[in-house]
Amino acid sequence: MSLVLAHNKRDSRILAQKLAFAAVALIAAAVVIPILGLFGFIAFQGASKVNWDFLTKNPSALDASGGIFPAIIGTAWLIVFTILLAMPLGVIGAVYLTEYGGRSKLVTLVRAAIVNLAGVPSIVHGLFGLGCFVFFVGGSIDRIILRTSKPVWGQPCLLWGACTLAVVILPIVIKSTEEALAAVPKSFREGSQALGATKWETIRRIILPAALPEILTGAVLGIGRATGETAPVMLTCAASFKPTLPQGLGDQAMLLPYHLYFVVTQVPNAKMDTKSAIALVLISFVAASSIVVILLRSKFKKARKW
Amino acid sequence: MVKPMPDHPSTTIEPGASIDSEVADMTTQRPSPQPGRGKLSARGVDFFYGSFRALTGVSLEAYSNEITALIGPSGCGKSTFLRVFNRMNDEIPGAKITGKVTLDDEDIYHKSVDVATLRKKIGMVFQKANPFPKSIFENVVYGPRVHGEKNRAVLRDTAEKYLRKAALWDEVKDKLNESAFALSGGQQQRLCIARSLAVEPEVLLMDEPTSALDPNATFKIEELMKELKQDLTVVIVTHNMQQASRVSDKTAFFLLGEMIEHGDTEKIFTVPHDQRTEDYISGRFG
Amino acid sequence: MNRQRLRLGERAIESAIFAGGVAAIVIVGLIMFFLFREGLPLFGNTSAAGFFFGKKWQPSSEPPQFGLLPNLWGSFLVTLGAAVIAVPLGVGTAVYIRYIAPRRLAGFLKGFVELMGAVPSVAVGFVGAVALSPLIKDFLHLDTGKSAIVGSVLLAFLAIPTITTIAEDAMSMVPKEYFQGSVALGATYWQTIYRVLIPAARPGIVAAIMLGLGRAIGETMVVIMVTGNAGLLPDHGVWHAFTHSVRTITGTIGAEALEVAQGEPHYQALFMLGVVLLLITVAFNSLAVTALGRTRRTART
Repeated sequence: MSLVLAHNKRDSRILAQKLAFAAVALIAAAVVIPILGLFGFIAFQGASKVNWDFLTKNPSALDASGGIFPAIIGTAWLIVFTILLAMPLGVIGAVYLTEYGGRSKLVTLVRAAIVNLAGVPSIVHGLFGLGCFVFFVGGSIDRIILRTSKPVWGQPCLLWGACTLAVVILPIVIKSTEEALAAVPKSFREGSQALGATKWETIRRIILPAALPEILTGAVLGIGRATGETAPVMLTCAASFKPTLPQGLGDQAMLLPYHLYFVVTQVPNAKMDTKSAIALVLISFVAASSIVVILLRSKFKKARKW
Repeated sequence: MVKPMPDHPSTTIEPGASIDSEVADMTTQRPSPQPGRGKLSARGVDFFYGSFRALTGVSLEAYSNEITALIGPSGCGKSTFLRVFNRMNDEIPGAKITGKVTLDDEDIYHKSVDVATLRKKIGMVFQKANPFPKSIFENVVYGPRVHGEKNRAVLRDTAEKYLRKAALWDEVKDKLNESAFALSGGQQQRLCIARSLAVEPEVLLMDEPTSALDPNATFKIEELMKELKQDLTVVIVTHNMQQASRVSDKTAFFLLGEMIEHGDTEKIFTVPHDQRTEDYISGRFG
Repeated sequence: MNRQRLRLGERAIESAIFAGGVAAIVIVGLIMFFLFREGLPLFGNTSAAGFFFGKKWQPSSEPPQFGLLPNLWGSFLVTLGAAVIAVPLGVGTAVYIRYIAPRRLAGFLKGFVELMGAVPSVAVGFVGAVALSPLIKDFLHLDTGKSAIVGSVLLAFLAIPTITTIAEDAMSMVPKEYFQGSVALGATYWQTIYRVLIPAARPGIVAAIMLGLGRAIGETMVVIMVTGNAGLLPDHGVWHAFTHSVRTITGTIGAEALEVAQGEPHYQALFMLGVVLLLITVAFNSLAVTALGRTRRTART
C-alpha cells in the first residue's frame, strides 16, 4: 500500500472539492448579482429625477410627475405613530418575557404567539386592520359616540394604519428588546437587588438604561420594516392621490410604498424616471435604516464596558 | 448538629411565591438581642437547588462588631450559605431552603418579610466588582435614591460620607461624574463597598471581595473591613486562608455543604478540633 | 410606610407588565377572531362547498362565484416555482458563507443578504414589473409578461434572505467536533461539508426553507404587480400554467379588497381567503419551529 496511490486517489477527491467549491461560489454569485441588478436598475433609472423639487413638490394628477412631498410626510407621520405604539408594548412584552415570566407555560405560549405573529402574511394584517380597527373600532366610534352615519373614524386613516403597522413590527421590537435585556449582566441585577431595590426598581433604573442603546437599535429595525410595508397600509391608511398634507390622525395620507405601487400599476402614462425615483427614495430610506442598525450594533458592542 | 427548634417550624420559601402585602416594617420592632445570640443566626439550614442538596444542617451565629469568615474549598457551599442571609438565592429558580435564619431574632424567611427591606439592612459586596453603568456619584447614591431620597444636597453629602468611609474619596472627589468603569478594579470594589454602606446596613456580607484584586488593593480592602466592623456585623467568604486569619474574629470551615467547625479564628488556625479542618488549613486539599 | 406604598405601586406595575406580556397572545387571538367574524357570514350567503371546492372565482358574474381552488392553485404554483429557485440558491449561499468564503467576504455577504431581506417587496415588484417581466416575455416568447414564472422569480428573491440567514445560523450550531472528527479521518473539506456538516444541520435547513416559503406564499405586492391576478385551474399542463397569468390568494385579496363594501359576500369571501392563507402560513411556521427545536437539541448533545 503505497502513499503514492493514496495520493492519487486524494487527487481526484481534491478535484471534486474544487469543482464543488466553484459551484457553490457560483450559486452565491447568482444571489448577489440580482441584488446588484435591482439596486443598479433603480439607481440608474431614478437618480437623475431625485432632486430638491422632487422631494418637496406635489405630484401632478395627470402622470404622477412632479414630486412626492405628501407621500414623504405621510410616511413620516405613520412611522412616528407606529413607533409610539409599538415600542412601549414591545418593551413591556420583552420585560415580561425576560424578567418576570420565568419558565412558565404561559411564557411558552407567549413565545409561540410571537413566532406566529411574525409569520402572519402582511395582507392578512391588512385584512385584520380593516376588519378590527377601521370597521369595528372606528365604526363603533362613529355609531356610538359620534352618532353619525357618515364615516369619520370608520374609514382608513393614519391612526388605523399606525395601529396595524404596530402589530406588524411588534414581534421585531419584542425580539430585539429581549436580546438587549438578556445582554445586561446578571451582576447588575444582583448588585441592585442586594441594595434593597425591588425588581421593578432594578429594571427601571439599571436594566432598561443599560439596554437602551440596543433597544433603540431595535426601534430603527422596526422603522425600516414599517417604512416598506405596503399591503397592511393599503387597506387601512393609504390614499392614492391626495396632494394636501395630513392634518391629523383621522386623515388618510399618501404613503411612499403605496404611492410606488399605485403609480406603477394604476398610472399607465407615468414615466419610468418618476417610478424609479419613488423606488429609489423608498429603498434608500430602508437601506439607510438597515445600515444604521448594522453600524449601531458594532458601535455598541465595542463601547460596552461590561 | 442543631435541629430546628420545635416551636419554630422550619420555613420553606419557594422563590416567586407571592409575598404577603402586609409588610412587616422591620425597623419598628427591634427586640434587643438576647445575650449569647448572634446578630445574625442560622439554625439547621438545609438548602436545595432542585434536587441537589447544597447545604446540610448548617448553624452559625455572627456577632456585631466582629468579622466572621467562611472558608472551605470551592463548591463547599460557603457562598450559597452567605446568600441565605440576604435571600439572594430567592432569585434562583428551583431553590428551596428549610431551617431558621434570623436577624435580631426575627425570622427573615417569614412570609411577612419584605425582601427589599431585608436587603437594605443586610448589604452585600460581590466577588467581582459590579458597578452600574453610571457615574461614580450615581453609583453611590443609587441605594438612597431607590429608598426614596430625592434631595440633591443630601445625596451629595451621602456620597461624600460613604466614599470617605470606603477610603475612596480622595481618589475620586474630582471625577464624581465620570463613569464608574473608568476606575481600577480595586477602586471599583471600594466603590461597591461605599455603595453598600450608603444604604446604612447593619450587616455587610462580602463574597470573596478581593479574589479579583492585586495584593495592594487587597490590603486596602482588608484595612477597610477592620474599620467597618466598628459599626457593622461583617460576614466574609474567602478562599484565601491568610486573609481569613488576618482579618476575621471568628472562622467557620465548610466542606461538602456541611459546616465542619466554627470558632475563634485564632483557635481554628492553631488548634483545630477536626482533622478535616486541619488538613484543609495546612493545605493538604482544596 | 413609604416602602409599603412602593409595594402597591410595584404590584400595579407588575400587573401592567403581565398584561403587556400576554398582549402577543391577545393579538393573535384577535386576528383569528376578526378574520372569522368578517369572513364566516359568507356561508350564510353561499355554501361552504361552493367556496372550498369552487373552481371559479368570478365575483361579478351572476350569481357571483367565490371558488377557493383557483386561488389555492395559483399560490401553490408560484410558491413551487419560487422553491425550485430559492432552495438551492439560498442553501448554497449559506454553505458558501459558512464554510467556503474567506472571512471578510463572508461577513460582507452576510450584510448583503441582510440588506436584500430589507428591500421592500413593492420595490422588488416594481423592478419585476418594468424590467424582468418584459425580459422573460421576450426570452420565452410569451403572450404576456404577467405570468406565474415572473412571480416565482421575484418570490425567490424575497425568500432567499430568510432561507440563507436561518440555514447559516443552523450550520453555525453544528458542534466543531464533527468537523474535526471527519477531517481527522482523512476526509476532504468538501466531503466533510456534504457528508457530515450539512446532514447535521438538516433540521435547521428544513426550518429555514419552511420559513422562506412561508414568507413567499404570504407575499402580496410582488404577485399583485406581476402575475396578472387572473387565471383558472390549469388545463394545459404545468409549464403552460407557469407561462400564463395566475390568480393567487394574496393577489386576489390585495387587488380586490379596496373595491368591496363591508358585509357584502365578496368582502366576506376575501376574509375567508385570509383565513385559509393564515392557516397555511401557521402550518409552515409550526413545521419550522418544530424543526428548529430539533436542531437545538442535537446541537446541545
